[in-house]
Amino acid sequence: MITTFAGALNTGLRRALEDDPKVVLMGEDIGRLGGVFRVTDTLQKDFGNHRVIDTPLAESGIIGTAFGMALRGYRPVCEIQFDGFVYPAFDQIVSQVAKIHYRTRGKVFAPLTIRIPCGGGIGSVEHHSESPEAYFAHTAGLRVIAPSDPADAYLLLRQAISLDDPVIFFEPKRRYWDKADIDVDALDDDPFPIDRARIRREGDDATVVAYGGMVRTALTAAEIAAGEGHSLEVIDLRSLSPIDVDTVEESVRRTGRLVIAHEAPVFAGLGAEIAARVTERCFYYLEAPVLRVGGFDIPYPPAKLERHHLPDPDRILAAVDRTLAA
Amino acid sequence: MADPITHPVQLVQPDGRRVFDREHAALVSDIGPDRLRQLYEDMAVVRRIDVEATALQRQGQLGLWPPLLGQEAAQIGSAHALHPDDYVFCSYREAGVAYCRGVDTSLLTRLWRGVDHHCWDPADINMTNPAIVVGAQGLHATGYAYAAQLDGAEIAVLTYFGDGATSQGDIAEALGFAASWSAPVVFFCTNNQWAISEPVHVQSPTPIVRRAYGYGIPGVQVDGNDVLAVLAMTRWAVARARAGGGPSFVEAITYRMGPHTTADDPTRYRSAAETELWRRRDPIDRIRRLLEREELWDSDFEDRVQSRCDEIGGRVRAATIDLPDPDPAQLFEHVYTTDHPLIAEERRQYAAYLAAGESDAPPIAEGVRA
Ligand SMILES: Cc1ncc(C[n+]2csc(CCOP(=O)(O)OP(=O)(O)O)c2C)c(N)n1
Repeated sequence: MITTFAGALNTGLRRALEDDPKVVLMGEDIGRLGGVFRVTDTLQKDFGNHRVIDTPLAESGIIGTAFGMALRGYRPVCEIQFDGFVYPAFDQIVSQVAKIHYRTRGKVFAPLTIRIPCGGGIGSVEHHSESPEAYFAHTAGLRVIAPSDPADAYLLLRQAISLDDPVIFFEPKRRYWDKADIDVDALDDDPFPIDRARIRREGDDATVVAYGGMVRTALTAAEIAAGEGHSLEVIDLRSLSPIDVDTVEESVRRTGRLVIAHEAPVFAGLGAEIAARVTERCFYYLEAPVLRVGGFDIPYPPAKLERHHLPDPDRILAAVDRTLAA
Repeated sequence: MADPITHPVQLVQPDGRRVFDREHAALVSDIGPDRLRQLYEDMAVVRRIDVEATALQRQGQLGLWPPLLGQEAAQIGSAHALHPDDYVFCSYREAGVAYCRGVDTSLLTRLWRGVDHHCWDPADINMTNPAIVVGAQGLHATGYAYAAQLDGAEIAVLTYFGDGATSQGDIAEALGFAASWSAPVVFFCTNNQWAISEPVHVQSPTPIVRRAYGYGIPGVQVDGNDVLAVLAMTRWAVARARAGGGPSFVEAITYRMGPHTTADDPTRYRSAAETELWRRRDPIDRIRRLLEREELWDSDFEDRVQSRCDEIGGRVRAATIDLPDPDPAQLFEHVYTTDHPLIAEERRQYAAYLAAGESDAPPIAEGVRA
């Protein structure tokens, strides 16, 4: 089927609701409206308002009550309307949801999927363009996932919902309207693991690691680089916790050079984690220091400035040039 | 006295006739012809600002705008109850309140155009900038009010929020703190019936104002499309605060006539019949009918208001269109109050990058949502 990224998620949610009566969707405006990005469009009409639940306007409430439902055997899939509004729920997520399995020594688990539209690039106002992944990746007990295209959005969402661990599921909102032809039945049979990175483009001169909304940007950069005679390997991380360091390591052993690109501010971001791990494993294979390209270490700026803040192919290529020159 | 919940306070009926309510009318007995006309003018001007901003968004001059169409009486009536030294903590929809507090109207659209995160300097009009995170401002208002009380200042602090916001823990906690501290804060809930697509009953099966009662905070429901009634009941609450009586709660029953923001499509979740019902309760028509009944309406006045609307509408339009894109150096300003080595390094690096001409940084916006 030809679908958008948002449409692929919609189909994934529909199938999850069909497959398991314990799956419920919860969030603000997800019913009649179908969510502000229409990811849940028509689902309330088809499954009823007890399975697709318009909650009161309270994020801590959404996660806290979903947690309670999970304790009773349900599998809630929560929608947080925008990245910047997950913080009121932060305490429930990191103090309660993330820790329950450990705290009860494996007796209790919380199979929540928390969907969060994330990142910038849509010209929105404050609190609507954040990249909070590092906060969650830093919390033990949570899995953090970030799809980059419609097929993976579908596959990863299906896998996330079926996991018994809580999953933070970041949807790059500037990619919601990207289209692709996907075969959902084939994807349902796809055994590719949720926590493995994928090589999206093969190359020999340098490795570029990206995830979520930045993968397409990295692929564009690789395309431009190819025109200039440089062959870049682009790895889509997919899982931000855990991180598939093996795949990155293998690539870097071949290319000897690594650039990591993400939208989030660079300081104490995921790029730092990847750089440290790759350096530990590949020190003698590296031809140049690992470089990071990311947002500046500032609050997300007003819309008219985001084109400067959000890494574009040129900023990635500038880093590639530096690593190739070393 | 009638049950304040089944009978929200009303002083003017939709056809412009005054309601016989001696108790509440006394709160606005000083409002004579000039002040009535002023209320009308302010509502008309604010509607014009709103219509202008909505059109500017449609023309691509603003990224987003949260219309206040239909809520003019709630905003103008409450704002007229305040003194300049009172302090307002608003949400994102209170452009009308900012107007009444004397904002330079050329600043109203800055945030929504995406050139800045703020509109005006809060100190200029004793009013915070638009708060996007729903409900957060209720706690800020309470803390500010408590501090003012500690300072011995005889002011009131008023915070605006929607019916949806009352579901947030922040508003519940604010009510608890305000009651515990007897803080001079007025909780002004604009119940416009909808929180984006969710009708008010998703937030609460009981009238919103009852939430305050549980904390021991007195509250009142008022017809939010009746500017005199809103003025009266906000005055009541503000006077209580100033006199050391502690917090109070005003629920203004009104209706958001337009979309939630210009990115929203209300036809997906509510009926045209419902909107039509409220159109007949239009707050500006109501005060115009009152003025006509009381023979305070004439063509001179009408022309004067019209030219004021044109002048301010034109000013908002021109100021918006003239706003240049910000200099990229602004990215690194005011992150900290003092020098910061990481920011300094990034500023230097990015300036060098731009100077090297590696990027013209094309616009990346692919659509606007909120
Ligand atoms: C914490 C938080 N959650 C969600 C949102 C998204 N959002 C913005 S406004 C809004 C509805 C607010 O409704 P209400 O409080 O009734 O005020 P109104 O917009 O009707 O004036 C929502 C869900 C937000 N801004 N902040």
